[in-house]
Amino acid sequence: MKRVQFEHSAVPYLFIAPQILIICIFFLWPAAQALYQSFLLEDAFGMSSQFVWFRNFEDVLSSSSWTRSAIFTVVFSVMVSVLSIAISLFLAVRADEVIRGAKSYKTLLMWGYAIAPPVAGLLGIMMFNPLMGDLYKAFNSFGFEFNHIENANDAAFIVILIAVWKQVSVNFIFFLSGLQGIPKSVQEAATLDCKSPERRFWTITFPLLAPTTFFLLVINLTYAFFETFGIIDVSTKGAPGGSTATLVYKVYVDGFLGADMGGSAAQSVLLMIMVSVLTVFQFRFIERKVHY
Amino acid sequence: MFRKTLMAACAVFALGNTAQAATEITWWHAMDGALGDVVNQITEDFNASQDEYKLVSINKGGYEDTMTAGIAAFRAKNQPNIIQIFDAGAATIINAKGAVKPVQDLLEANNVKFDINDYIPGVRYFYADSDGKMIGMPFNSSTPLLYYNKDALAKAGVDVPKTWQEFEAAAPKLKEAGYTALAQSHSPWIFFENFMSRHNLQMATANNGYDSTDVEILYNNDALKDHWQHVKDWKDAGYYGYYGRAWGANQDAFVQQQVAMWIGSSGSFGGLRKSAQFEFGASTLPYWEGTGDAPKSTFIGGAALFAFSGHDAEQDAGVAEFFKFLTKPETQYYWHKETGYVPITNAAYELAKKDGYYKESPDAEVGITQLSEEGGEWTKGYRLGFYVQIREVIYREVDKIMNGEETVDAAFATIEEEANGLLKRFNDTYSN
Repeated sequence: MKRVQFEHSAVPYLFIAPQILIICIFFLWPAAQALYQSFLLEDAFGMSSQFVWFRNFEDVLSSSSWTRSAIFTVVFSVMVSVLSIAISLFLAVRADEVIRGAKSYKTLLMWGYAIAPPVAGLLGIMMFNPLMGDLYKAFNSFGFEFNHIENANDAAFIVILIAVWKQVSVNFIFFLSGLQGIPKSVQEAATLDCKSPERRFWTITFPLLAPTTFFLLVINLTYAFFETFGIIDVSTKGAPGGSTATLVYKVYVDGFLGADMGGSAAQSVLLMIMVSVLTVFQFRFIERKVHY
Repeated sequence: MFRKTLMAACAVFALGNTAQAATEITWWHAMDGALGDVVNQITEDFNASQDEYKLVSINKGGYEDTMTAGIAAFRAKNQPNIIQIFDAGAATIINAKGAVKPVQDLLEANNVKFDINDYIPGVRYFYADSDGKMIGMPFNSSTPLLYYNKDALAKAGVDVPKTWQEFEAAAPKLKEAGYTALAQSHSPWIFFENFMSRHNLQMATANNGYDSTDVEILYNNDALKDHWQHVKDWKDAGYYGYYGRAWGANQDAFVQQQVAMWIGSSGSFGGLRKSAQFEFGASTLPYWEGTGDAPKSTFIGGAALFAFSGHDAEQDAGVAEFFKFLTKPETQYYWHKETGYVPITNAAYELAKKDGYYKESPDAEVGITQLSEEGGEWTKGYRLGFYVQIREVIYREVDKIMNGEETVDAAFATIEEEANGLLKRFNDTYSN
């Protein structure tokens, strides 16, 4: 057997060089720094530091608040991803069917995309303000004893609600373009074979949307892990009792507010490992079921 | 004509020269909104008062943001001359050996007369080292005060409570009149740190942390636990409103007349004057009669100014010059009047009295009276590392006491354990 070898020049490398450079400067270098910091006990101003091996990791892993935060992060991320994908898929399918005023529906559904997470958080928490929030009053007038100041589940409900609301429009855009990418001929053929629109959706449309769904699953999990930070910071700040603090929020509190460099670096490294494992899992086990 | 042009040219040259000769010094601070305007005014006044130095003040966000910005800048060797650091962050900057120049040394080296006894007792030693040398210049100093709705108290027929015993007697009457009796805006600051000071109780070993970083916290004591058991009971009985950890949410409850009394900061005065649509007054922080040897003076809250190291002598001289300007009675009086923060020197306090300011608004004096009350062994302050995180632990555990997830005993055991863990980490980080 003889392998075919193409002659290649340096030009392709030149083209990918900027991207590689960006990854090195903005990802690999800081990640290496964080890894190094996580083995140090260093004062905030960098006047003295000592190498302590895994001390920081031991301290982090043995704290009950970190464990609580890790569990909340997983539950929160799964719920935010699943809910926002499901809701936006439903909306996209519906909006795709609309004939009159389709543009206005679509535009209105995409609007939320333009809102920054902290602003979304602020809007959300104002609606649940015990003194003047409309949703707070509405919930309590229906007989729920809704109180996110004291009840951890109620507080979690609020941050999940805001995070999902914020993400739905992003997913909506992708699903809508995914739906429009499905050839008309396939859909027409399916209509001839099968009367039930529901069955047509699950056997034809949904599998054809699988690549989009998988892509959204990956970016939604990343969103829930990292980008919801702004929402939490302006809405609950992790209260009550640290029950709504995600891992990223804890890194911020310990590292930025508390100036504990080593401890927060260790937390970042643990978070990095968690997300890497999750990503590998997604690509190995879920992507196999996706047909392009 | 020619002469005129020449003169103009000379003038321009001279102006350009002085502008060039003025040494620029930078000040990063955490005062925004109305407070920021006052800081800018002080900066302008300082620049107008002399032409050797040009002060540039920059707002870096809140307290934490400012500290983080300062840390990042220092590590990049690009630090400002002056930085404002808040009470809970003081240990971080003071214990980083060589990061700052002690204010007292800086002033003395530049021939500015300095006597620590010129400062009012409450602020004198808070930012000093264990030998009593002043490291940070107290800047915005405030203390917790009780604000009360005059109409609400009149309606219920009660007087302003001086002690918690009196409060317990008044609370049911206020409830009958349709009010929640009390809320407060900062559990760690008001109901932990200042509780200890007010009752003259020791807050941490090693002289409240001033003598060493090898310390343990003493929060897990009967007096404090007893107080929190009362707070929880008050809440369950409808006498105490808990609106979470956010400062504003608790203050709003007072402004909207849901609660009759609210404990906030002496610096809250100006804001309340704008937002409250009713007559209100200020009083001293209540204490438990018979606990410790209350009443003693409270701690100061707020922040201090630190002079970063790594600048040349000329710039440091400018910093000293600015501190001299800042502590002048006139500047302090202006600051006090505009913001509600207390004046930090005795001379400024005297000036405010002489000017008749307290006759005109007697409530403005309550804060400084409370800080000038008799001090005790444990009222001068505290110096604890990673205290920002310790406050987070307190916030968290207070939530759990309030929602019944944990008993007071269990919550305090957790606070003690986690705080000591953090203090140990701090000691291991900074003591070598």
